[in-house]
Amino acid sequence: MLPIVEGVVLIAALILPLVLQDYLTVFATRVIILALFALSFDLVWGYAGIMSFGQALFFGSAGYAVALMARDLNITSIFLVLPAGTLIGLATSLLLGGFLLLGRHPSSVIFVALGTLTGSYAADRLARGWYYLGGQNGIPSIPSMSLGSYDITEGPVYYYFALGILAVVYLLCRFLVRSQFGLALAGLRENEQRIAFFGYKTQHLKAIVFAVGGTIAGLAGSLYAFHEGFVWPNMVGVVISTQVVLYVLFGGSGTLIGAVIGAVIIEGVSFWLSDNYREIWPILLGVLLLLVILFRPLGLISFVLGERERVGSFGATRKEKRNAAP
Amino acid sequence: MPLLEATGIVKVFGKLTALDGAALTVADNEFHGLIGPNGSGKSTLMKCVAGAEIPTQGKVSFVNRDITLLSPTERARAGMSLKFQITSILPTLTLYDNILLALQAQSSLFDLVFSRTRGVLHDQVMMMLSQFRLADRAHDAAAALSHGQQQWLEIAMALAAKPRLLLLDEPTGGMSLEERRVTGELLQPIKQHCSLVIVEHDLDFIRDICDRLTVLDQGRVLASGTVAEIQANKSVQEIYLRRA
Repeated sequence: MLPIVEGVVLIAALILPLVLQDYLTVFATRVIILALFALSFDLVWGYAGIMSFGQALFFGSAGYAVALMARDLNITSIFLVLPAGTLIGLATSLLLGGFLLLGRHPSSVIFVALGTLTGSYAADRLARGWYYLGGQNGIPSIPSMSLGSYDITEGPVYYYFALGILAVVYLLCRFLVRSQFGLALAGLRENEQRIAFFGYKTQHLKAIVFAVGGTIAGLAGSLYAFHEGFVWPNMVGVVISTQVVLYVLFGGSGTLIGAVIGAVIIEGVSFWLSDNYREIWPILLGVLLLLVILFRPLGLISFVLGERERVGSFGATRKEKRNAAP
Repeated sequence: MPLLEATGIVKVFGKLTALDGAALTVADNEFHGLIGPNGSGKSTLMKCVAGAEIPTQGKVSFVNRDITLLSPTERARAGMSLKFQITSILPTLTLYDNILLALQAQSSLFDLVFSRTRGVLHDQVMMMLSQFRLADRAHDAAAALSHGQQQWLEIAMALAAKPRLLLLDEPTGGMSLEERRVTGELLQPIKQHCSLVIVEHDLDFIRDICDRLTVLDQGRVLASGTVAEIQANKSVQEIYLRRA
């Protein structure tokens, strides 16, 4: 069932700009980038059981970094800004992950949740208070990302570019979580102490996944900064950190596609509600989220995906068995 | 030199002294039973050996190496394996994946990411499942097994990495008589390549499979010797067997 859901989502995403008005394509691009961000959180929470309540720290740091490159160094080349933003995500997540996850004793979920939350909050305050980063107003008027002499501006081109990146990252994540490494992550999520007694270096495994998640968040943050044309303190703060948690809980954690669906539905419903119920839409959205989390704790994806398929199996493929045979 | 030597082990939890100078010596290919009344410190001693608890005092040596302060991961990598008292299989994974998870524990990160050992380990996974009479359920979720089968699966997982020392904490807890008998049969073949320390309340089971016994009482060693010696020991009979 999972490949069917993935196929339907991909086809819908491919034809969307053909049927949408331009301003809605811009909105859809934003959602695609947020779905990429949601993937980063699903990897760390849904697969490794690390509750990162500060995922926006990596998203926003990368956003600020590429915004500064564009503003101060006039660097907008896609070949420089995207790798730079991705590396910033990697570096900040390695730094925070090293501190929170590689202590002498395994860290508790609460410790990591509060540690990441604090990191995100501190970054938000720093961004608000630092004049160089634009203070409360952030950094406006970021020039467009460029590919040679061509500017990638918002619209169908940016949409398909972001969708291409989302598809590639999704496939890489899928490869990772279906590999033997994914099996180790399943063990980590289900019973960390047990697999430590098998000889797994559980803290290292967690730090690696945390860094991979941070890297993806960094890539998403870079795309977001150029798409929106400005960065602001909320981008590193608690609000967006919480938002990405909701995407994944709503869609269904530990499935990858659930994170994408969660981001699409929450953003889509918010957009529609805010247009039609201007004053009470946040309450309506909150009620909807509560209902799903109360009655479908495994998220919307659990309507079509059973427990067995959600967890998956990791046995050798026929080809692997054939190649291993003497 | 013995394979495992724990000496002068003291473990204090707040005001409670769980172990008070306990000792345990296990030779290569020996099946060693750890018995004693409830609260005598058997499980705590097992945890100190496995690394789940760090002793307050004392020394644990394994293959001539001081492992007293090593983490469970490092002990596992040195060749020690543990089956917990409470069944700790991974219930949502299939039986196959539970065994594969244990077998691949020491593969490199590169091998894990690119699934380079999955094909090679397939035969070993199926062999372990066959050895523990679980092969026909390889692709069922582990949660669907009976309690006895879950215990077997966990022993198979603990044995998968071919440890030199296997620590079993109450492996027959909650099993039927028939399942206990089969468990004894399943454990016998591992003697060729592995030593065993077993904590168990079922004295008949212990007597049938163990070479030597250590009897603990109030955190101290009351007696240690062959099964025959322990059976003939007056203090054990008076203090432990009568209570049992």
